[in-house]
Amino acid sequence: MKTIYDKSRPSRRGVTFPAPLLPDACFQEACLSPELLRASPAQLPEMAEIDVVRHFTNLSRQNFGVDVGPYPLGSCTMKYNPKFTEEIARLPGFAGLHPLLPQLRRGGLLAQGALEVLHEMEQLLCAITGMAAYTMQPLAGAHGELTGLMLMAAYHRHRGNQKSLVLVPDSAHGTNPASAAIAGYTVRTVPSKDGVMDLEAYRAMLGPEVAGVMMTNPNTLGLFEPDIKQISEAAHAVDALMYYDGANLNAILGIAKPADLGFDIVHLNLHKTFATPHGGGGPGSGPVGVVAKLDEYLPISRVARREDGTLFLDYDRPHSIGYVAPFYGNFGVVLKAYAYILALGGPGLKRVAMDAVLAANYLRARLAPQWRVAVDRMCMHEVVLSAADQAAQHGVTAMDVAKALIDFGFHPPTVYFPLVVKEAIMIEPTETESKENLDAIVEAMAFIAKKAQDDPDWLHAAPRSTPVGRLDEVRAARQPDLAQR
Amino acid sequence: MDFSPHTDDDRAQMLGAMGLSSVDELFAGIPPELRVRQWDLPRPMSELEVTKRLGRLAERNAHGLTCFLGAGFYDHFIPAAVDALIRRSELYTVYTPYQPEISQGTLQAIYEYQSAICRLTGLYASNASLYDGGTALFEAAMLAVRRTGRKRLVICRAVNPIYRVMLASYTANLHLELVEEDLAGGGCAADLLDDKTAALIMQNPDFFGRVHNYADAFAKAHEMGALAILCCNPLALGVLRTPAEMDADIAVGEGQPLGLPLSFGGPYLGFMAVSEALLRLMPGRVVGRTLDGQGREGYCLTLQTREQHIRREKATSNICTNQALCAVAALIYLSLLGKEGLRELAQLNMAQAAYARQRLTAIPGVRLMDPGPWFNEFRLELPLDARVAVSRLIDKGIAAGFPLGRYYPEQANALLVAVTEKRSKEEIGNLAEALEAVL
Repeated sequence: MKTIYDKSRPSRRGVTFPAPLLPDACFQEACLSPELLRASPAQLPEMAEIDVVRHFTNLSRQNFGVDVGPYPLGSCTMKYNPKFTEEIARLPGFAGLHPLLPQLRRGGLLAQGALEVLHEMEQLLCAITGMAAYTMQPLAGAHGELTGLMLMAAYHRHRGNQKSLVLVPDSAHGTNPASAAIAGYTVRTVPSKDGVMDLEAYRAMLGPEVAGVMMTNPNTLGLFEPDIKQISEAAHAVDALMYYDGANLNAILGIAKPADLGFDIVHLNLHKTFATPHGGGGPGSGPVGVVAKLDEYLPISRVARREDGTLFLDYDRPHSIGYVAPFYGNFGVVLKAYAYILALGGPGLKRVAMDAVLAANYLRARLAPQWRVAVDRMCMHEVVLSAADQAAQHGVTAMDVAKALIDFGFHPPTVYFPLVVKEAIMIEPTETESKENLDAIVEAMAFIAKKAQDDPDWLHAAPRSTPVGRLDEVRAARQPDLAQR
Repeated sequence: MDFSPHTDDDRAQMLGAMGLSSVDELFAGIPPELRVRQWDLPRPMSELEVTKRLGRLAERNAHGLTCFLGAGFYDHFIPAAVDALIRRSELYTVYTPYQPEISQGTLQAIYEYQSAICRLTGLYASNASLYDGGTALFEAAMLAVRRTGRKRLVICRAVNPIYRVMLASYTANLHLELVEEDLAGGGCAADLLDDKTAALIMQNPDFFGRVHNYADAFAKAHEMGALAILCCNPLALGVLRTPAEMDADIAVGEGQPLGLPLSFGGPYLGFMAVSEALLRLMPGRVVGRTLDGQGREGYCLTLQTREQHIRREKATSNICTNQALCAVAALIYLSLLGKEGLRELAQLNMAQAAYARQRLTAIPGVRLMDPGPWFNEFRLELPLDARVAVSRLIDKGIAAGFPLGRYYPEQANALLVAVTEKRSKEEIGNLAEALEAVL
């Protein structure tokens, strides 16, 4: 499709503005000398409104979203995004609210509704995870990780602990080691055994220099870490903190709480577990929860209640790590998640976990005859297959499977992750896919397994139904074309 | 209200296919002593009930104030087409575009967004977005630290104080030295640069709304082997000298003025553009244009060897999720305005602010604190504590501006006033009358 710059025609306009109150007052040389001005206008597209609307409408038609069909992208929890939450985030009382209002004198009183949302959301997330306090500031999951590690560092600094290492299992999301490094820590990788953390290897790596241990539970193989209690007790014995990556919380809502598993710091992905849309890469929201002993380090501001019942923003927190975001997080995203949690309530949230785990295990059971399951036992919310046999015998890779699924009308699963599984195909159906859709995925996968034996080239040529075929990624990286000049 | 399509019959059939009789059996791997003991959450509510409840909360916020509050976050007009388009669910219910064949819509839009940021800043390459202006500034500073191998950052005190506090928070555990350059006359003179400095960080327009040309300061930084980082307002780039024309190496900023609602602090949009030499050190996702097997043009994520999912602890950043939909909204906004529209809007903001300056400085006792030139914001000295004046004006339905004493204790009487295209002659007149009345 032509770019919007290709479609530009001189002097077309999509919007006009009122006449200035002081015509020509302040952009003549008297006001801004030439050295302060750009030499020529920015070459933005010149379009009528209809041109802009058609361009982006047609672009959107080249996307596959949750509203188009099943999206079993493992680790990403691509569940249905309810529509009413979109309306709520756009209410003028929320969307039109300036974030600095509460910083004005008595200004908190001007935003009591918004502060109530933040305060109630904090309490709901505490009830869900068992933590003592939450901050809504982190703007995405990885940002929550960084915030959590900054809290960890503040805790150790305050206690005079000399600690430099963070332990991360080999099945972890790449953001875990990256966040630890950016927070100033050295990362050590703990090996897995039978799909879960190798307890002996872990114990051998644990020492006084370990600041914390980052875990995802259920882990990225969709398995609950059975030794989690021993793992957290051993960490606490050397005054290391346990960090919970909440990417997979969907599996244990109402079943188990991170605090009861021994975790001290938790980040949640509201855009996964709590159904806010992912927007093609964002915005997300990554609230961070902590146990009571870490409360004093949380970022400022904190929403607090006065004796008269009104809410205010508390900046008087001498041990706080400071600001990780300019204000109160991606408030519009927090609102949507808040509305979702209210709609489901306690029973609905537990139902989410049960149906998500049921759906994943149903797929595991139905797919096992044709596909090797990475660790063949009961899984949680996602199942990881391996195409290693198909790759070895027929030259059909996980990527070929992914591309073939596109032609059947599905978004592909996550492939080549977790790194500990060869030719990994990571399937997370979520609770919002019906049995008919799960059966359709099974049929497509059975067809693909058979094609791998009979006609591998048919799979190598997939996808066929898309506006472009497989792209030359080597060319993209070697001859970067990152902007139309 | 839940969103699960499963009937009890579906569940029974699925369990049956596994030879199980109860969903509880699926959770056998979780030791009983680790199971939830307390699940104190509210009862489920219908869509109607939740909507009513949130509607009531929304009405408890004073969103009807006439807004002269800015300080980096502005009340601009947003054409209806922006929201109409980003509400297409094919745009907003998609994940990061890992599978390019079914993500060409998002990928091409991000490529076009990157192109727009390059055209605005004059720099070589833009990423697909960062969280916000403050985190973008932190990422830029870390890029400079990596590039130069140095640990000292010099930042002007006229950079948004919220961003300076964020930078201090992020670097607390990193053994970096953060040096704040004080305000001398019109701005920062870049006096504190030395050969240990990784970057000089400036802002244009600065936090007080003043417009600068930092070409000389940036030349000094380059002489010292430091990088030049410019934090800028993208709307102001409709008229102002570009970061590239000042020879900045990195431009960052808050994209909120480009069609994003204030929304009590987010979601917003951090943008970043860099010179060609820094391309492979840039954080965040990047979209590139390439070809498919049949020679058709298409778009995909590229230069991924910089990123956390490949490089893990050696990545240029930990960022994964960004603000993609906000970037697309900004692109749509810029496309509706176009080349002339953006320039016209920037000029309109300057003109409305100039008119407000005339009206407000005519009030006895109110003094303009700077000689200019300004973009759409300026600071006034009042004959009383600005916090008091602002709080009195709120009772009259006006958010008159930001009292600077909060971040600059020596400026207790200073009020930062922002005037966008949304403010009419009548509203500005009302502010002037009301301000005069409360002094």
